[in-house]
Amino acid sequence: MQLATLVLGLALATGLWSAVQAINTQARENYAEAAERLGINRFATLSSPSGPIAVDTYVRIRRAGWQVSPVLEGRIGLAGRSFTLLGVDVLTYPMEIAPQADEADVSPADVLTAPGRLFAHPDTIRNTEQAALPVPLVTSDRVPRGIVMTDIGTAERLLDRPGQISRMLVLASQPRDLPPLSDIVPTLKLTAPRAGDDLSRLTDSFHLNLTAFGLLSFAVGLFIVHGTAGLAFEQRRGMVRTLRALGVPLGLVMRLLMVELGILALVAGGLGLVLGYVVAAALLPDVAATLRGLYGAPVSGSLRLQPEWFASGIGMSLAGALAAGTHALWQVRRLPILTAPGQHSSGLASETAFRRQAQAGVAMMLFGLSCPWLLGGLVSGFVLLAGLMLGAALMLPLALSRVLSLIENRAQGALAEWFWADLRSQLPGLSLALMALLLALATNIGVGTMVSSFRLTFGGWLDQRLASELYITARSNEEGRRIESWLSDGQADAVLPIRHAETWIVNQPARIYGIVDHATYRDNWPLIASLPSVWDRVADGTGILINEQLARRGDLWPGDSVTPAAGWTMTIAGVYSDYGNPDGQAIVSLPLLLSRFDGVPARQFGVRISPDRAPMLKDALLRNFDLPASAIANQAEIKDRSIAVFEKTFVVTGALNVLTLGVASFAILTSLLTLWTMRLPQLAPLWALGLTRRKLARLELLRSVVLAGVTGLLALPLGLALAWVLLAVINVESFGWRLPMHLFPLDWLRLWLLALCAGAIAAALPARRLNRMPPSALLKVFADER
Amino acid sequence: MLLDVQNVTKTYPVADSTRPVLDGACLTLGAGETLALTGESGSGKSTLLHLVSALDGFDSGEILLDGMAMSPLSDVQKAALRRGPVALVFQQLNLIPSLTVLQNLAFHARLGGREDPRQIAGLVDRLGLAGLENRYPEQLSGGQQQRVAIGRAIALRPRLLLADEPTGNLDETTSDAVLDLMLDLVRGAGTALFLVTHSPRIAARMDRHLVLKNGRIT
Repeated sequence: MQLATLVLGLALATGLWSAVQAINTQARENYAEAAERLGINRFATLSSPSGPIAVDTYVRIRRAGWQVSPVLEGRIGLAGRSFTLLGVDVLTYPMEIAPQADEADVSPADVLTAPGRLFAHPDTIRNTEQAALPVPLVTSDRVPRGIVMTDIGTAERLLDRPGQISRMLVLASQPRDLPPLSDIVPTLKLTAPRAGDDLSRLTDSFHLNLTAFGLLSFAVGLFIVHGTAGLAFEQRRGMVRTLRALGVPLGLVMRLLMVELGILALVAGGLGLVLGYVVAAALLPDVAATLRGLYGAPVSGSLRLQPEWFASGIGMSLAGALAAGTHALWQVRRLPILTAPGQHSSGLASETAFRRQAQAGVAMMLFGLSCPWLLGGLVSGFVLLAGLMLGAALMLPLALSRVLSLIENRAQGALAEWFWADLRSQLPGLSLALMALLLALATNIGVGTMVSSFRLTFGGWLDQRLASELYITARSNEEGRRIESWLSDGQADAVLPIRHAETWIVNQPARIYGIVDHATYRDNWPLIASLPSVWDRVADGTGILINEQLARRGDLWPGDSVTPAAGWTMTIAGVYSDYGNPDGQAIVSLPLLLSRFDGVPARQFGVRISPDRAPMLKDALLRNFDLPASAIANQAEIKDRSIAVFEKTFVVTGALNVLTLGVASFAILTSLLTLWTMRLPQLAPLWALGLTRRKLARLELLRSVVLAGVTGLLALPLGLALAWVLLAVINVESFGWRLPMHLFPLDWLRLWLLALCAGAIAAALPARRLNRMPPSALLKVFADER
Repeated sequence: MLLDVQNVTKTYPVADSTRPVLDGACLTLGAGETLALTGESGSGKSTLLHLVSALDGFDSGEILLDGMAMSPLSDVQKAALRRGPVALVFQQLNLIPSLTVLQNLAFHARLGGREDPRQIAGLVDRLGLAGLENRYPEQLSGGQQQRVAIGRAIALRPRLLLADEPTGNLDETTSDAVLDLMLDLVRGAGTALFLVTHSPRIAARMDRHLVLKNGRIT
């Protein structure tokens, strides 16, 4: 049983860790592949801090003799999915990274002339209907997954951004004696190769989140191994004494025990890798969807195994086994050859150990709490989390002991007195499993509170942001103007143009919107900070609104100044929440936007109309303008689609949450099973004194349920603290937004009941065994024949 | 007759066969009487004690306690028997480690609903445990623990006290002192004592001495 527990505990720990590592490694490999294939790692790039680069600028650089290749990048919806579209000049784009069709029947003329061609990796366009695409699509395994490439002319048309260039690749081979780029285009920024791996940086926080979860699961698994290894060595003390009494050197005994532990770690590591692969393969599609949805990161949903992943898994298994077994090995080392017969403990000695542990826990918590003040940043947020979690885990045994002591003092009757006193005396053997349960429950409460807070806030936020009843996307500016004119002619209560331009704000790419002055914005827009008369300031062109991400990253708040484009400075009138968008965003009045940017598309607008008239208006629009059904979306559809993206985001977190709770329940079960041989001599006298086996079995069940219940209660404040750190520290650092914390008592109750069930399930097997144990087996306790 | 063991047999499974331990064992014990049972190791002394205390079942024969047959008793009734008229003292003592000396002393009596605080207080003095009431078993010497185990059984005020090598782990002087105390207590309370021992010296101090050999009592 101990062998199985040890191997299974270590395999679970290694498995969950390896699963997370497999996902991270796969995603990073995809980023690197994308960066490599897009030339980010090979070529210097030229970009403009103030927004898109004009074609004139490109022409000026080319005329000066520089070999550069223009790239236009944007997001595009194709067949109901969102992709990064990369338009490149196929004549100047470096051959080694240029897309090539897998089949030879695509000529350069097909690519360069209308309708053009789209290139995508076979994995990217799997299940995509060709008929739903505006341009024929061909497969090319040289295109990174998640990205669609095309000629820059086609991209301009699809993105509706004529004459715009996002960046230029500076080719490796250049003529001699060229004038410096800084002289030709002083406003452009030259970025060296390998310095532009933005995707990797952007998604670092997500991967750090996953790694933290992996580490937590690993730690919970190690609790199991620590407990089991300790017990296994404890029970072999007699054998070790005998061997030493027979003249076997202590060093040899220690080496043999370590070799044994190492072999077990290798076996468990192998099992863990298999388990890790299965978990990673199951979770990766959702992770890929999350990364694509949140960051537009090109991650494939399929898993390829890396040698370093194997090495890391086995290494963690060995290190984990050694870490978990060190304490037990140390005790064997200190074991005297001769010793008094073992005596069951009252728990007096453990009370002192609990106090020491709790002191260490307080120190860890204080260290964690001081980190954000001293260091700041995402890593310090995680140090704070780790300090809180581990500190609380270390304080748990003392807290439990005190709670049980309080109850014990009020207990009436011999059985109740024994039950509570016995419960307290069992804490040393069960404390590791209970710590694991505390961590799992607190994580569930913390992450659950975060996710539910997010869901609630996001739902409310969508209601505010998506106030228009219909959202229309015309096929061209001309069509857009015709529709707007028709709508304004008494068909709708109001038409709210959605017009935007791409720019750079505070050295980050950002999108700037122009809006008309309307009650829809004044009444609904979710502002989190603002100056007085904020909407008047926006309407008269003296104020700009920025999103929370931009505000937090640039530490820009109402009253501060910001430069939305070169030579244009505005006062920030307000900051609005903007969940689910990694980039910066700003809002000015529409006339101001149009005066600052040329060629702003006029294809999208929202329509205000009474909800009961909306379906009729939609039908009329489709009929009168021969629009495709996808051109008009109603409020509910967009909300559903947005919520679906966010639900997917938390699928992985939810799955890891459940796995961690499962591991913790398993920890209790293994502790109870491994303690079984020690428990029987404590229960048999009770039976001899007149308690039935059935009653004892029920009390055993109750013992586990009570411990899980009290641990569940103690996990609540820890879980809420965890939720606060996630919402107020980790989220802000990771995504740039801060969410209000909502409380969900019913969820806590459900989780607490789940903890009680976990305790009951874990104790069910030992209790059943006790209930069915024949008297002869119990009598062996008294006969000393065991 | 308080205890009447009638032609009891008991076998244990050994590999593919069975090994007879008791083969028609018979004995009787009157109220307030003391009886020693001796025999070689593995002769079945402890087994007979376990049968009498309703801890284990027998294959055939009957055991009557105060005229009541034990074989038809349910698990719950047997447990009630051990909380009432019958009490045991084990060689390993089996005190409850999480309870104090005082709690251990009162535990069995409280389980059986027979707690008498004045009696417990008297026992503390008579057992020489004054000042040790709030200590835990691990903080006591072997002799002190043995006295607590005996006190726990006596506090129940059973009609029959069963003792399995109660002084087996003690030196001769301490063993004599503990035995003196036990005999004193059972005689004072009118309790019958059925004691299993290896020691002829201890057996000689009982009212009667029986020997178990080849599964039979002589």
